[in-house]
Amino acid sequence: MKPIRKRRLIFIGLILFAVTLATTAIVYGVQQNVSYLFLPSQVLAGKAKTLQSFRLGGMVQKGSILRHAHSLKVDFVVTDGDATLPVQYTGILPDLFRANQAVIATGHMQGKRFIATEVLAKHDATYMPPSLREAMAKAHLKNHVNVANAGGAK
Amino acid sequence: MNAFKTWFHKLGSPPFFYEFAGYLRPWLWVGTVVFAIAGLIGGLIIAPPDYQQGDAYRIIFIHVPSAWMSLFIYGVMAISGLIAVVWRMKLAEIIAMESAPIGAAFTFITLITGSLWGKPMWGTYWTWDARLTSELVLLFIYLGIIGLYHAFENERQGARAASFLIIVGVVNLPIVHYSVVWWNTLHQGTTVRIFAPSSISLSMLWPILAMMIATKLYYGVSLLGRARIAVLERERGKDWVRQIVMEGTKDA
Repeated sequence: MKPIRKRRLIFIGLILFAVTLATTAIVYGVQQNVSYLFLPSQVLAGKAKTLQSFRLGGMVQKGSILRHAHSLKVDFVVTDGDATLPVQYTGILPDLFRANQAVIATGHMQGKRFIATEVLAKHDATYMPPSLREAMAKAHLKNHVNVANAGGAK
Repeated sequence: MNAFKTWFHKLGSPPFFYEFAGYLRPWLWVGTVVFAIAGLIGGLIIAPPDYQQGDAYRIIFIHVPSAWMSLFIYGVMAISGLIAVVWRMKLAEIIAMESAPIGAAFTFITLITGSLWGKPMWGTYWTWDARLTSELVLLFIYLGIIGLYHAFENERQGARAASFLIIVGVVNLPIVHYSVVWWNTLHQGTTVRIFAPSSISLSMLWPILAMMIATKLYYGVSLLGRARIAVLERERGKDWVRQIVMEGTKDA
């Protein structure tokens, strides 16, 4: 390799190294300090206390969805396995919102209840036809496997 | 090996590349059309609806292949950009620069289709989570590369400066790819995996793979077409270009 090309290659290598180092530091720092969402257990531990409004993430507890008659008001409970938090929301819920689905709610605490101004549903990255879903559910039932019934609440 | 090496060196010469790309393009077109038709019929008609999303999930047959292309094209640009900066190869500059608008287009399609799917499913068109934000940054990097290239009077100088930007921007690629792992994002994790079973039914997977091949081939078609024109423009003073232009006017 000609010396000038070698020099250019080394130069670029050094720049790439520096940029990668800087980015890693930023990514690491952001990961430590910026939280996209808080889990119910974190909220109850007071981690989100300083924030006026924050995002709450977790699963919708099965059987906790309560729709009020004559309004768009919905009550449900978000759980992370360790702790639960009641949530109230008024508005149209996304299609993927149902029991045992991961949701991200934005809002604030009012007493012991989380008042959401926006509720987003997270997709679980599984795709399958409904027939397969039913067949799987049947097989699980036969083998006494307790599956999270994602298709439960409509 | 030696024959390949000579062929590769020959490919670097503009007249040979111009001719070779001209031969290759129709075949790539045929492949693109065949795979795109197979993928679209498979995805939009044959594949069953999803158990949770019904028919709305069908946007993945456009969204996912486009998202892969937005990263893949950047990877191609990074390699040719490196060759352009270190070895000053004219053709590598052309490949890198002519890929940028195609990559930007795929990134744009990814963002738009994702946003249209996000409204009914997630409940929002846009959220500043790590995956969405880093993909948007990727679009801005693409636009920055295109802008920087055209800001120079001299094409070769512009291409080298933009290639530099490409190389620095490479750090964004792992961020886009691993964002769903590193952070809590609204965007779901990886469905189609190479080293582990994919969490998608086969009847839905194969149309995605067909679309993936179709988009790759389309990139080839588009890139070679753009590169041929760019080669002619850059070599406008040369004899071989004059010959081609003269032949063209004779035919007309």
